[in-house]
Amino acid sequence: MIQAILVFNNHGKPRLVRFYQHFPEEIQQQIVRETFHLVLKRDDNICNFLEGGSLIGGSDYKLIYRHYATLYFVFCVDSSESELGILDLIQVFVETLDKCFENVCELDLIFHMDKVHYILQEVVMGGMVLETNMNEIVAQIEAQNRLEKSEGGALG
Amino acid sequence: MALKMVKGSIDRMFDKNLQDLVRGIRNHKEDEAKYISQCIDEIKQELKQDNIAVKANAVCKLTYLQMLGYDISWAAFNIIEVMSASKFTFKRIGYLAASQSFHEGTDVIMLTTNQIRKDLSSPSQYDTGVALTGLSCFVTPDLARDLANDIMTLMSHTKPYIRKKAVLIMYKVFLKYPESLRPAFPRLKEKLEDPDPGVQSAAVNVICELARRNPKNYLSLAPLFFKLMTSSTNNWVLIKIIKLFGALTPLEPRLGKKLIEPLTNLIHSTSAMSLLYECVNTVIAVQRHVPSFQLCVQKLRILIEDSDQNLKYLGLLAMSKILKTHPKSVQSHKDLILQCLDDKDESIRLRALDLLYGMVSKKNLMEIVKKLMTHVDKAEGTTYRDELLTKIIDICSQSNYQHITNFEWYISILVELTRLEGTRHGHLIAAQMLDVAIRVKAIRKFAVSQMSTLLDNAHLVASSTQRNGICEVLYAATWICGEFSEHLQEPQHTLEAMLRPKVTTLPGHIQAVYVQNVVKLYASILQQKEQAAETEAAQAVTQLMVDRLPQFVQSADLEVQERASCILQLVKHVQKLQAKGVPVAEEVSALFAGELNPVAPKAQKKVPVPEGLDLDAWINEPLSDSESEDEKPKAMFHEEEQRQAKHRLPEVDEEELARRREARKQEQANNPFYIKSSPSPQKRYQDSPGVEHIPVCPPYVRLEEERRHRQRLEKDKRRKKRRDKEKKGKRRHGSLPTESDEDIAPAQQVDIVTEEMPENALPSDEDDKDPNDPYRALDIDLDKPLADSEKLPVQKHRNAENAKSPEKEDVPVVEKKSKKPKKKEKKHKEKERDKEKKKEKKKVRSAPRPVPVPVCALELGIRDNSEYTGHGDSESRQGAKPSKHKKKHKKEKEEQPKDKKRSRKKLLGSEEAPGEPVQNGALEEEPLPVRGTSLMIALLLQTYSVQGSLQDSQVTVSIILENLSGSVLKSMELSVLDSLNTRMARPEGSSVHDGVPVPFQLPPGVSNEAQFVFTVQSIVMAQKLKGTLSFIAKDDAGATHEKLDFKLHFSCSSYLTTTPCYSDAFAKLLESGDLSMSSIRVDGISMSFQNLLTKICFHHHFSVVERVDSCASMYSRSIQGHHVCLLVKKGENSVSVDGKCSDSTLLSNVLEEMKATLAMC
Repeated sequence: MIQAILVFNNHGKPRLVRFYQHFPEEIQQQIVRETFHLVLKRDDNICNFLEGGSLIGGSDYKLIYRHYATLYFVFCVDSSESELGILDLIQVFVETLDKCFENVCELDLIFHMDKVHYILQEVVMGGMVLETNMNEIVAQIEAQNRLEKSEGGALG
Repeated sequence: MALKMVKGSIDRMFDKNLQDLVRGIRNHKEDEAKYISQCIDEIKQELKQDNIAVKANAVCKLTYLQMLGYDISWAAFNIIEVMSASKFTFKRIGYLAASQSFHEGTDVIMLTTNQIRKDLSSPSQYDTGVALTGLSCFVTPDLARDLANDIMTLMSHTKPYIRKKAVLIMYKVFLKYPESLRPAFPRLKEKLEDPDPGVQSAAVNVICELARRNPKNYLSLAPLFFKLMTSSTNNWVLIKIIKLFGALTPLEPRLGKKLIEPLTNLIHSTSAMSLLYECVNTVIAVQRHVPSFQLCVQKLRILIEDSDQNLKYLGLLAMSKILKTHPKSVQSHKDLILQCLDDKDESIRLRALDLLYGMVSKKNLMEIVKKLMTHVDKAEGTTYRDELLTKIIDICSQSNYQHITNFEWYISILVELTRLEGTRHGHLIAAQMLDVAIRVKAIRKFAVSQMSTLLDNAHLVASSTQRNGICEVLYAATWICGEFSEHLQEPQHTLEAMLRPKVTTLPGHIQAVYVQNVVKLYASILQQKEQAAETEAAQAVTQLMVDRLPQFVQSADLEVQERASCILQLVKHVQKLQAKGVPVAEEVSALFAGELNPVAPKAQKKVPVPEGLDLDAWINEPLSDSESEDEKPKAMFHEEEQRQAKHRLPEVDEEELARRREARKQEQANNPFYIKSSPSPQKRYQDSPGVEHIPVCPPYVRLEEERRHRQRLEKDKRRKKRRDKEKKGKRRHGSLPTESDEDIAPAQQVDIVTEEMPENALPSDEDDKDPNDPYRALDIDLDKPLADSEKLPVQKHRNAENAKSPEKEDVPVVEKKSKKPKKKEKKHKEKERDKEKKKEKKKVRSAPRPVPVPVCALELGIRDNSEYTGHGDSESRQGAKPSKHKKKHKKEKEEQPKDKKRSRKKLLGSEEAPGEPVQNGALEEEPLPVRGTSLMIALLLQTYSVQGSLQDSQVTVSIILENLSGSVLKSMELSVLDSLNTRMARPEGSSVHDGVPVPFQLPPGVSNEAQFVFTVQSIVMAQKLKGTLSFIAKDDAGATHEKLDFKLHFSCSSYLTTTPCYSDAFAKLLESGDLSMSSIRVDGISMSFQNLLTKICFHHHFSVVERVDSCASMYSRSIQGHHVCLLVKKGENSVSVDGKCSDSTLLSNVLEEMKATLAMC
């Protein structure tokens, strides 16, 4: 199971916070901060796994992250997930974002947090991997966007 | 109203949307909080408006603020309003907000039940999808209970998009509402073979997640997973399955043997690192097969040597698993692991540290610890340093300090560790100091001298508040100095150190120990002085006490205060006596006479129950009705077993008991480690795969006797082995065999005082499981048929009363083997073609990507998208795609009458492949000439299950109706031609020829389940009933009346209900002699016996009474109370089944059916 998916930038500003287990808001913020500090001090050329977050999970949990330009994508997962598999999943997620936003950059995530969530929802559901095939994910997102458009968008 | 609308939309133009909010926050960096509180006020205004668009916009902004840490629970009700909007756009916003902010404590959540149910059954798949996604995040036990049935229906939705979501969410539902697991499981299992790879993967995901927590309940799925493993090309699915096997093999050793070959093949063939890694992991778990094991270790070494830090990390991680079972294989890579200790990456260093545990020996312990100590000095983060500290202690203390030859050295190391600043592990060091000082008598003198120096420097340790973690060490130091005060060089000096005013700044529990040990020290000084007749010096010491103790009397800590005032009075009294010249030392020392011995942590637990005391017996007989409650059939397999065990207990005769007790005593006497609190991993390994592992119960007395004999032999052998080992080792040490026993003479004569245990202690090493574990509730036996009480709460339809016991179907999975392999091959070929195409495409695509270029992807250009997981996944999907298209195509064609027959046959084909055994109560659809003209009859009578219940010889048939056409199906009626023997239960007042209405309508693409009750008179023969389903199909063109014929097959097995039977009752039954006998024999069976039994249990509703080697007795009972007993024996390639039953016809029919099942194995 995936327990949390966090996206934050190089300064620790959250861009996407998705917990699959309930934490009160202030704890969520604390977890983001702690995770940021854990990840920040790591060089880019060392491994993408780390243990030792004190707030989330326990010994069974691991943080698996990737660093892209200005953003960190961090997945907190338990031992039922394959570490390398999750690394690939992050890549799938980012590539999907890239496709949906056409050259995604941090600004897209800043201004369209809702859309990022909708994309994530097609990849991971309730903490479990839903779909790993990028074409399938993109197809579903586009279909939903079309549906939204046909309804006249959020302002209609 | 219209005006209001216009006004609303004008207002809206001035509202901020999400983007404006974000921009605003970015522009107000200095007074962000103030700006946001302003925005929240605006949002509150917006939420008050009637316009749903305004509300949705406001909720969307709230979701953003939630991410920034603002509590938005006050808007929960508004969120629900937005969720219930009719437009998808708004609904999605609402569900997103809910998924981010709702939780079990949200009180309005119960208001959502009906809305969610409505959305789940919405004709738009995206409404359903969004509701499922949302629900997966905030499902509560109530929601799970109320919606379980709706979600279960969605698992058979026509759209794979919905199916996969419904399958995944079931896991959440199970967690919150464990009762749903059994009714839903058959369908979940069915989804393992779903044609859509996404759905299949979801089902694998859920079952793996379930099985991880309670693997034993899923053993019966092993064959199915095995099939999937050898056929699937989706690496994601493969990884999950292989992980699952890793959890299953320890429970079923024979599985391991079967797995080795395919796993080794995968290891050799796959290019996906992730898959390779998981294979290696599982082979390690199997750990029986030596060559493949070595292959794994080799592969791991390659991983560790890889320049990719991720692989290095995982390699070390897997090594640590091997360490537990094969320390020697790891030791041979010591060089590599020590090298990793110097890695720049902390994660890797930590992993390497874990491995060190198994690397140490008497020879290299000092060297390794020295190396670690230098790391401690260099370490920056406290986490890593603390980890180093615990590892040093772990390594040194492992297996009763097995590797330590010089305890003086160890004490010095511990003292050195106290110099660490800000560590959290002061108590660990303290515990070690105490343990060593108490258990190694020879070291006490040295320890005391070291501790007194520590106390002397106490101001150093306690000076800064930040270091309070380390002050725990003082607890140990004081106690050691007090308890073993006879070894002190300068007791007076130490006493003064302990009475310093600084001490009062320490935490209360440490001060308390100070106070207590000050007296011990005082007593010993007093004695010394009196023996030397230095009365003045003695009085001086007393004066010192009287002067200094009041500082503790004033302590805020109750414990300290109480002890101090007590002692102060005592000392004052001593002072008076001293003044009179009375010798007091003897009496004061008497306070602390006697030696403290270490007691094993579990000593209390192991106190044996005195003979004649039955802890399970009632003291007072319980009230009768509470007892009957206890008796209620509960699903927990677990409990059943316990009851059985208790039941069996008295069978063991007195003699046997005495013998066992004797053996236990002897074993105990011979094994110094018997009392150790945790058995060493090696020992556990020896124990686990023994004969005892296979469940055996008694009635075949002779076999049982044999087994015991074997066990005894085995035990003796083990004991002998252990004894031999002990002879070799000079000291008593743990059974962990590290390097060949080197004979290093310990620096000082060390005797480790073993911990005290009660006489005749019982072995009780089982660790109590955490009773709060949420997954325990899911420990449910899934092979038992459903009881009436277990049905899921279904929304009642008016007509539902007659369907008396709406049990969920216990659907045997219809295996669609025959076609699959061919498809797979084709896919494979397609894949290869695709692969090349894809590679080209991919390269083009990944090249012009701008800003967020993934670091790894750049380096590893070839690996691209799935750098670790490989291409299998996306390809298999692509392979599947064309077929999906075809299907769509077909559906379109269905509208045309021409294709009627063909597509109908297809429906049939997918239901039951030719040559399959007839399932319990399988429904046969016969391709009759189509009567309708304009419309294809596209109703699929999908599944069926016949379930007998013990009351009134009634059976319930569950039928899933799925509408594959484009029209709405209404007024469905099921009519069956009753036979003399079997009648359908109809509503009162209706005649034999009337049909029973199906209590629902079916919109296109929807499936639902209907249940019908039949009364059966004689059950000894299988029955076939002809029936017709009539319905009105309505579409744009109009409505037509249509019919669909089918046959209902009631097999004899479907009249059997799985009833547990205890072996003694079983034996009695066989002896009684009023059963008739019959037998069958089937040749050419390759399936393992376990699987065979599982099949029989599953398809024919038997339960295993007892199993010994390849022979098993099984029992079942018909709904009319016939006993059916079987003895199943497996030979080389054949299986013979001898049956005894109170009705010979029933028996021969059941055996016939079984023969058909077995012939398929």
